[in-house]
Amino acid sequence: MFPDDRRYTREHEWARREDGRVRVGITQFAAERLSDIVFVELPKVGADLKATQPFGVIESVKAASDLYAPVSGRVVEVNQQLVDSPEMINQDPHGAAWMIVLEAASDAEWDQLLDAAAYADLVSGEH
Amino acid sequence: MTGPPLRPTPLYEAHLAAGGRMVPFAGWEMPVQYAGIGDEHQAVRTHAGLFDVSHMGEIRLEGPRALDAVQRLITNDASRLAVGQGLYSPMCLPSGGIVDDLTVFRTDEAAYLIVVNAARHAVDLAWIQEHAAGATVRDLSDETALLALQGPRAAAILDAAGGGAATGLPAYHCAGGQTIAGVRCAVSRTGYTGEDGFEIACPWDAAPAVWAALLEAGRAHGLIPAGLGARDTLRLEAGYMLYGNDIDEQTTPLEARLGWTVKLEKEAFIGRDALLRQKARGIARRIAGFETAERAIPRQHCAIRSDGRPVGEVTSGTFAPTLRRPVGLGYVPTALATPGAALEIDIRGRSVAATVVRLPFYRRPKT
Repeated sequence: MFPDDRRYTREHEWARREDGRVRVGITQFAAERLSDIVFVELPKVGADLKATQPFGVIESVKAASDLYAPVSGRVVEVNQQLVDSPEMINQDPHGAAWMIVLEAASDAEWDQLLDAAAYADLVSGEH
Repeated sequence: MTGPPLRPTPLYEAHLAAGGRMVPFAGWEMPVQYAGIGDEHQAVRTHAGLFDVSHMGEIRLEGPRALDAVQRLITNDASRLAVGQGLYSPMCLPSGGIVDDLTVFRTDEAAYLIVVNAARHAVDLAWIQEHAAGATVRDLSDETALLALQGPRAAAILDAAGGGAATGLPAYHCAGGQTIAGVRCAVSRTGYTGEDGFEIACPWDAAPAVWAALLEAGRAHGLIPAGLGARDTLRLEAGYMLYGNDIDEQTTPLEARLGWTVKLEKEAFIGRDALLRQKARGIARRIAGFETAERAIPRQHCAIRSDGRPVGEVTSGTFAPTLRRPVGLGYVPTALATPGAALEIDIRGRSVAATVVRLPFYRRPKT
């Protein structure tokens, strides 16, 4: 269920390395948990993010939740399509519904992230 | 975890089997959703949804003094009820603040059934007993399960399940002695969704059989189980107040636009003097429905401002699935509680423009 070409946070974001940059989204587990996503607020290109700090907000019909940066870095791309069609997050959370691309500040934080197996373990204990 | 353990309804296993996601609600373990709030909401608007509302309380007042007690307790006028007829009413404190909002049915010559919110059950029961004045009060909540079958196909589904006799009930009427899945049920033509529909009371342990029979009969009509999440979006679109959010002991029916349920001309009732005074003085604030121009969703407790000045607080807010936009309710000064008035809602520190609109947000198409 969770692709092993990327890593995960305990707050249910995924991060995939692409030539020194890091693409970020939320996991299918999170998308299913939220269900009916109707709004997403993302940072602007150029914003500096700090690992584990909120970088945006996602709202389902029921509630609003913060999005957390998996690693520190500068935002170099934002998925504008998602802002117009937030329901994409329910349809393809691991693919087309990526949220931002970061220019990572360092490699050290990457090693703190969970691999797919560890993340699968984490969510198997939540329901 | 602290506090008493959550109570399951008789349909707990049925909810799990249907993929229900269970959450704590007013001391009960209830399904917030199954397929998803959006799908369930849509099903109720276009076909039908089945809700477990067994957490709600049922309190009976009976005896020759029952009508007197009901009349003292509620703001609406129960003296006009024929046997088999019901009404919606607030029940107030002497201050005019709302103890709870209720559905009251006259089930017999001298018997009234009051359906109360789960979160207010204990408070209501004590209040009703204190003011029963000679009527016999019986709490039937532990032995009574309640299902809500809601949506334009509800009557066809009830008919298919064997409850056809009840499909002739006018709105806000009820009938006992209906048989569904071999179970004796009482059925009323009521609901909390803005659609046609029925509420079906049956013995606690028989609820799984009735639930299964309705789902089976409804399959060909697009019936799906629906949870508390959809119940909230449906009621908010339909402009119904939610106790604890939009009304409470600090708000009066006049402020909550429930003036139509306050019969000041009937005999004395608890809260009447305060409500008369409030009416004479002028109602300083009223609940208003508003829509926002952006997709960010106003939520309960967001500040409401007018020209930068704080004027109130959001009491309910959601993304309205039928209208495809955010809507909310909140108390504002009366001058601002008028369609077209401009408000600002503070959503996470950002000021979002809002416009007051006429309630309800959604009205079902005439058939």
